[in-house]
Amino acid sequence: MKQKLLDIADLYIELPKGADRQYAIQKVNLELKQGETLCVVGESGSGKSLTARAIMGLLPQPHVRVSNGEIIFNSEDITKVSYERLRELRGSEISMIFQEPMTALNPVMSIGSQIDEIFRYHVDMSKADRQKRAVELLDDVNLPNPEQIMRAYPHELSGGQRQRAMIAMALALKPQILIADEPTTALDVTTQAQILKLIKDMQKVYNTGVLFITHDFGVVADIADRVMVMQHGIVVESGPVKQVLNNPKHPYTKALISAVPSLSPRKAKTISKEKVLEVQNVCKTFGGGRGLFGFGRPSRQVEALKDVTLDLYNGETLGVVGESGSGKSTLARCIIRLMDTDSGAITIEGTQINMLKRKAMRAWRNKIQMVFQDPFASLNPRIKVGDIIAQGPITQGINREEAIKRARELISIVGLDDKSFDRYPHEFSGGQRQRIGIARSLALKPEILIADEPVSALDVSIQSQILDLLDDIREQMKLSMIFITHDLRVAAQVCDRMAVMQYGEVVEIGKTKDIFAKPQHPYTIDLLSAVPGKDWKSSASKKLTKTKTKSKS
Amino acid sequence: MRDFWNRYKRNRSAVFGLVVIFLVILMAATADLLYAFDPFRLAGKPLSSPGTNGFLLGSDSLGRDVAAGIVHGAKTSLLIGLVATLVAVFIGILFGALAGYYGGQIDNILMRVTEVFQTIPSFIFAILLVAILKPSIYSVVIAISVVSWPGVARLVRGEFLSLKNREFVQACHTLGMSDLRIMLREILPNCLSPIIVIGSLMIATAILIESGLSFLGLGDPNIMSWGFQIGAGRTMLRSAWWVCTFPGVAILITVLAINLVGEGLNDALNPRLRERN
Repeated sequence: MKQKLLDIADLYIELPKGADRQYAIQKVNLELKQGETLCVVGESGSGKSLTARAIMGLLPQPHVRVSNGEIIFNSEDITKVSYERLRELRGSEISMIFQEPMTALNPVMSIGSQIDEIFRYHVDMSKADRQKRAVELLDDVNLPNPEQIMRAYPHELSGGQRQRAMIAMALALKPQILIADEPTTALDVTTQAQILKLIKDMQKVYNTGVLFITHDFGVVADIADRVMVMQHGIVVESGPVKQVLNNPKHPYTKALISAVPSLSPRKAKTISKEKVLEVQNVCKTFGGGRGLFGFGRPSRQVEALKDVTLDLYNGETLGVVGESGSGKSTLARCIIRLMDTDSGAITIEGTQINMLKRKAMRAWRNKIQMVFQDPFASLNPRIKVGDIIAQGPITQGINREEAIKRARELISIVGLDDKSFDRYPHEFSGGQRQRIGIARSLALKPEILIADEPVSALDVSIQSQILDLLDDIREQMKLSMIFITHDLRVAAQVCDRMAVMQYGEVVEIGKTKDIFAKPQHPYTIDLLSAVPGKDWKSSASKKLTKTKTKSKS
Repeated sequence: MRDFWNRYKRNRSAVFGLVVIFLVILMAATADLLYAFDPFRLAGKPLSSPGTNGFLLGSDSLGRDVAAGIVHGAKTSLLIGLVATLVAVFIGILFGALAGYYGGQIDNILMRVTEVFQTIPSFIFAILLVAILKPSIYSVVIAISVVSWPGVARLVRGEFLSLKNREFVQACHTLGMSDLRIMLREILPNCLSPIIVIGSLMIATAILIESGLSFLGLGDPNIMSWGFQIGAGRTMLRSAWWVCTFPGVAILITVLAINLVGEGLNDALNPRLRERN
């Protein structure tokens, strides 16, 4: 019989007056046992993170407070204990790892002294013992050269190493409960797979109860024992992982699961033979600059693109897939001339555009356009939506009335209300802003559209809407598209062909179907095997195709 | 706009500052009605104490009316403060925007130039400039602007550096927009808030520098100013305290009020504080 660690009953968290709803979470009940992993799933604003923070006593009081209910940890109600007792519990009994390891670690303290701090505040140990224990911990989380890592500062480690160090710190005092708030969201897939495995392994060793917060059903499928789905602060469904994932009851859960793109590639279109864009042997190196008068050492050089060659055929979607630092965004920026290439050729309609002067390039701008990643950074907050969309044509010399007419048309094409025209970007949600960004890029009637991670900042349900929109537009406007993504699920659903990039090189290029069926390069094989929840969706995909068609109608 | 006023209003002392500045402006605007004569005129018995011989705030050693001097001096102080700040902000934006936007060697050169100006103590530099240019209201304005633009340039450069890599600016590049248009229409409106805040505080500093220069006798000899009054009265501080004290209080209150307003503008315009509420 496994011991019950945490029991939350009828928990309400009240938001300050004037917030968009009265309660952040309502009537939440949950239980966590030893050695169990409970996943809390939900989209942004569902209250999943606040639930976790309430357990740690980390609510931003007094504005946000627990107004009803109890959080029982080992027969003690955490909502009622004194601040001192709470401090004792934090770190030693209940500990937490965060999404962004760079901001969760103190940048001016070495990893060793940050771990040491935990021991100093919670247990009585000699300095040598503490030191020894810290090295053991770092070794436990599979960090190479623990002694060296002890002396390292956070910025000297990679994202995955930082998250490992965070886990080491969280587990330092063998807590009974580990709360993980989207711990792998900021990491690459291959690193994510390693970190998930590490959490699983550590859980076995310490018999910890893990409360895992995530928005990714793939991750849920990989690690959860039980699942709890939240929407607008209410638990809509909970139960064992198999039951919830394969047989969801609540319509919201169904919609969420059906919005997860399937890993089996969609049917490829017949690809035309006409090349609309050729990229040949393009190289790009960053760094190497010197200060004024050429004094000082040249800065470190990074080869972002090494000899990249690829073609884009008329009407196809070419996926460029890779992890952070693979050079995929640099490639996009070189093609659209936001950056200059060092060597090589980028050719459209027989003209080598990468060597054109800025003035000469202006005429080519309406052939090729770009959709950006971050819907919050890609729209100027001081300019009205209509003007943002009309800007492009006006810059290209089309008269104002004509441009505004086109902007109005585009607003309806991307599925926004006509009233949006006179509003400012901050009045829109992330998904709507991305629609505005798409409308802006279409205003010049481009032939080639580059989409740089257009959905990675959005919730899954909105993600699928934007992908559908892009697909419709591609058909309607006969676009050829370069689609940059780190998410293989998305790539499988959108791309006819794909190029896999690593360290600035294209390691594999081919039809999406072929690459998924028979990856050739070892890196591609790694990438594919690291996709979270790959076994789940392949077995469940049959059942879900039905719900998917239904949700679309 | 109403939103802005609501946030501003929350800071009580800022509202107080605004009222005081309004009164000072009113005083300056009605100077010719209140004291419809030249403040340099010898109006009566020298060194009359406040309230005697028809002098509200007393008279100085030559029999000039201190109150008339303060009222007319307000015009000078506000005018110089405002004009010098506008010139400084303009130069600062020009340097900062070009340096931040283009980066590289242009940034290097412009910033080294800025540093040259920053390394010279500003008040001494201002004295030097006025001494070279001969004291007049123009040379005072030029001197104050020259010593105070580097701060603005640094600020604007920082803002431009961070904004120019935002995706909305990149999107404008992909639309083929010209650099000038991107700088003026896209980036500049997004860094107006900190410029307004630093500008409002610079007015206060400019008034102080002007007073300092006039005190040392480097102000325009034909224009009444608070610093000049203090300078004229300093030798008689013990026998006729009112000659120095009232202009001094005027400077204190005005500068304080401007600082309070600047503070309030900072609260109201700073988006990070806005989110916290």
